[in-house]
Amino acid sequence: MPARGYHLSKDELGADILEVAMGPHHPSTHGVFRMDLKLDGETVVDLKPIFGYLHRNHEKLAEDIPYLGCMPFTDRLDYLCGMTNNWAFALSAEQLIEIEIPERAQYIRVICAELTRLINHCLLVGFFINDLGALGTPLLYALREREKILDLFETLSGARMMVNYMRFGGVRCDLPDGWLQECERIVGRFPAFLDEYETLLKDNEIVITRSQNVGVLTQEEATNFSITGPMLRASGVNYDIRKVDKYGIYDRFDFKVPIGAHGDCYDRFMVRMLEMRESIKILKQAIADIPEGPIMGNEPRVFKPDPQETYGRIESPKGELGFYLIADGTTNPYRYKVRPPSFVNLTALRHMCIGHKVADAVIILGSIDIVLGEVDR
Amino acid sequence: MNNFIDYKLIELGQWTVGLFNDYPVVQILVHLLLATLPLTLVFMGAFGFSTWLERKGLARIQNRLGPNRVGIFGLLQPLADGIKMLLKEDIVPDRSDKLFHFLAPVMLMVPAFIAVGFLPLGDGLMALPMDSAILFFFAVGSLNTIAVFMAGWSSRNKYSLLGGMRAVAQMISYEIPLVLSAVAVIMFSGSLNAQEIVASQQIQSWLASGNLVKEFFGQILGWHIFKPWGFAGFIFFFVAALAEANRSPFDLPEADSEIIAGHLTEYSGFKYAIFFMAEYISAFAIAGIATTLFLGGWSGPVIAGLPWFIIKMFSLFAVMIWIRGTLPRLRVDQLMGYAWKFLLPLAILNIFVAGFYYFAEQQFGSLAAFIGGWVIGFGILQTAAKGLSRLNKSPTLDGKRVYQLVE
Amino acid sequence: MSLIAKGILQGMAVTAKNFIQSYYKKERLPTVEYPEEKSTVNQFTRNIPFLVYDGEDEIEGMRCTACKLCEKACPPQCIYIIKDTDENDKPIKRPKVFDIDSSVCMSCQLCVEVCPFESIRMDSEFELSNENRFEGLLINRDELLKSNEYYHEIHPIEAQETDDRIAAKIAEAETKKKAREEKARLAAEAKQAAAAMKAAEEAAAETETSATEQAQQSEAKAEAPEDNPETKNT
Repeated sequence: MPARGYHLSKDELGADILEVAMGPHHPSTHGVFRMDLKLDGETVVDLKPIFGYLHRNHEKLAEDIPYLGCMPFTDRLDYLCGMTNNWAFALSAEQLIEIEIPERAQYIRVICAELTRLINHCLLVGFFINDLGALGTPLLYALREREKILDLFETLSGARMMVNYMRFGGVRCDLPDGWLQECERIVGRFPAFLDEYETLLKDNEIVITRSQNVGVLTQEEATNFSITGPMLRASGVNYDIRKVDKYGIYDRFDFKVPIGAHGDCYDRFMVRMLEMRESIKILKQAIADIPEGPIMGNEPRVFKPDPQETYGRIESPKGELGFYLIADGTTNPYRYKVRPPSFVNLTALRHMCIGHKVADAVIILGSIDIVLGEVDR
Repeated sequence: MNNFIDYKLIELGQWTVGLFNDYPVVQILVHLLLATLPLTLVFMGAFGFSTWLERKGLARIQNRLGPNRVGIFGLLQPLADGIKMLLKEDIVPDRSDKLFHFLAPVMLMVPAFIAVGFLPLGDGLMALPMDSAILFFFAVGSLNTIAVFMAGWSSRNKYSLLGGMRAVAQMISYEIPLVLSAVAVIMFSGSLNAQEIVASQQIQSWLASGNLVKEFFGQILGWHIFKPWGFAGFIFFFVAALAEANRSPFDLPEADSEIIAGHLTEYSGFKYAIFFMAEYISAFAIAGIATTLFLGGWSGPVIAGLPWFIIKMFSLFAVMIWIRGTLPRLRVDQLMGYAWKFLLPLAILNIFVAGFYYFAEQQFGSLAAFIGGWVIGFGILQTAAKGLSRLNKSPTLDGKRVYQLVE
Repeated sequence: MSLIAKGILQGMAVTAKNFIQSYYKKERLPTVEYPEEKSTVNQFTRNIPFLVYDGEDEIEGMRCTACKLCEKACPPQCIYIIKDTDENDKPIKRPKVFDIDSSVCMSCQLCVEVCPFESIRMDSEFELSNENRFEGLLINRDELLKSNEYYHEIHPIEAQETDDRIAAKIAEAETKKKAREEKARLAAEAKQAAAAMKAAEEAAAETETSATEQAQQSEAKAEAPEDNPETKNT
């Protein structure tokens, strides 16, 4: 029996093109993400991102739960950065009921958010180098340091990752005795780790040849794809919501925003390294300035806001994390929409990958910094 | 001299063979067994030990403990792994080419063990003594490519296929700089015989002088790695050897973060174990030949012979582990570019430098040649390397970058 | 890249440093060998809720009154409560069934925050694996009940605060009760006085209309409002 398609020419048959379904079970798709690649040899000619394997009905679920009940679910969005997710949701819900947040709570929030940024960035750099093929050594160093910060979170909130710590109008509990000193000690030691990390990676010739000029996103393209976060700043756009919105008390701190010039994978990696140093600056100031006082306004647990719409956004470690809430006068939100940064940043994946090799597709995905819990919700 | 261990081993062998003087046919068989069996067993044991060493070493590099549950310091872990591998189900993909899927691991293991046979383990200790041992070693070593491609092709898996194709391209490319950097040594020694190459790295006049200090250093200072062309050649050889043995940062055929496990994706159970073993034995073999060519083989002070050879081989293997724990992987086009545009021209240049060094030594004496060689010869190589990397560099790659911090 | 790659050598120096220091620096080898050591739990750790009881007897000392506030507050709805009844099918303030599905519970602590009786608290036990993944992971009332001493053991600070709060509440209730009793006594005295006066009046003049009599009866019927367990939220 003649083979099917025997009479077709090679081009009609598409025989030159190898279609590979990379994922959802793949070591480096950061969870259950799938890239349908069309390969010509090793070169990517087309890429189709497919996701939804981790869909957990997050937004619809919130419509049946009072506002406060949604708080623990936000931990599970980007499960590496529970604190910033809490803050973003608290921020938008606080706009509904218009309450004052005590000074001390504001400082605690900033400290927690910047610690989260340290966790996320050092871990992301580790994963990125892991995708480059480094057998996890930088990743394990990152995990070693992250463990210390997670221990801080555990003494503060009781949980390491699913913190459920912030409340509307403040935070759940005050800092335990000695927590600030411990935090100061860990933050003070962090720059030494960053130096070690940079020596290991920054000048490495293989890292440079692999990641420079790979997955370039120009300034214009980045804004058109509505990229946010370190990825946008790596493309040379000076846009940091901490500076633009000055939410919370960010206008009180002295810090700078690192900007890349090329918009490639190396810039994305370096911008994150530099952001960690700026976060340490903020942390030091916040730890020095934190006042005594209450940590919580007098707010009822269950409230009925007037019918209105709000959008609260913060600069999460991955980009602009926003919560869009529609209140209809009941105790539950009428609509609860998340603007996840890694999902929006992922839209540029195909554009960045085409024309590169398979190995580059993997590191470009790694440099975007996605967490599937947030992408699929 | 002090290589009594080697002589004792050889004596033992001769004595055993002598027992069968009356039965010539049996004698030949015993001779064959004596040449091959200890080698096979020793290297299998070394394989087990090296998996433990690698896991422990990598773990410590990564601030972990590594295996420590089976036996003291986890030393029995390789045994436990072996038993586990034997007990596992052997999964063969439904529509794979079953014959070649089965043959590929065997095909990989046989040349690996043959290659080990060409290593001069000690003075006169060589399983397959042959005048053209080095040539044969490279010839046999290049058979790996076929086996890896067989595995990649027969598995009927896209990742396997990609891995197989990468392996073919990589191994064929790196064979050339590998052999060319060895050519300099062969030229210098004037022989393809591994034993003679080792002997050429001992300063014979010092060894015969009877002075203890001279004897001590005579076993060390003659190594080719201390000569400019030998140092450069060793770097080229080692880099190419990493690629030949599929070790990081050239482990593209089995790049786990890109193509899962490459040609190994569809292998399980003992077939996988055999693949693993063959790769480790090839790595040993290539570390052994690098020792022979550049690090003076079995020569060394105090206890020359087998112990020194094993120490050097395992040190090279430890460096491979160290590199694996540190470096990311190259990309496939950069890998090919590195072989053809960087290593190959430099290896050729190195041959010329070695030739000039040889004549300079005869003309001006070894000390002058040594100093002049390091200044001029190594300078030429270094300049050439810098020039080549500048030529090869893509115009957008700017190495170190400066980042601005804005308000 | 020249013959010797500087960046690569720098990186290798870092890994070598880590390799060597892992043998003598605790910081470079943070591994906790789990089954032998368990150092990941501190007194603030929370995992799965449990129910606190006072004293010796589990049922008698149970703080829970089956008010079902936690059941309502639980976001993933993993708590299931049925009120207990006595022989006469009259509901009593105690749960008959109190189930927590530990496979659903997400350790958010909202149930702890709403509980007005300081009854439900977070445990730090984390070895919850079970052979049966349905019934085995459903923790029922008797397994959930743990003594106040145990609570003190795992969360000393929090438990002490809770005890202080309860003591304050009892003291407050005591003073309130006293005040109420005082008030009731005064009211009773006033009533007695009124009754005595009325009797005197009746004795004085028996020609009053029945309408005034009825009004007085209804006044006497008025009773004190029942003590409401639902306190304000924190």
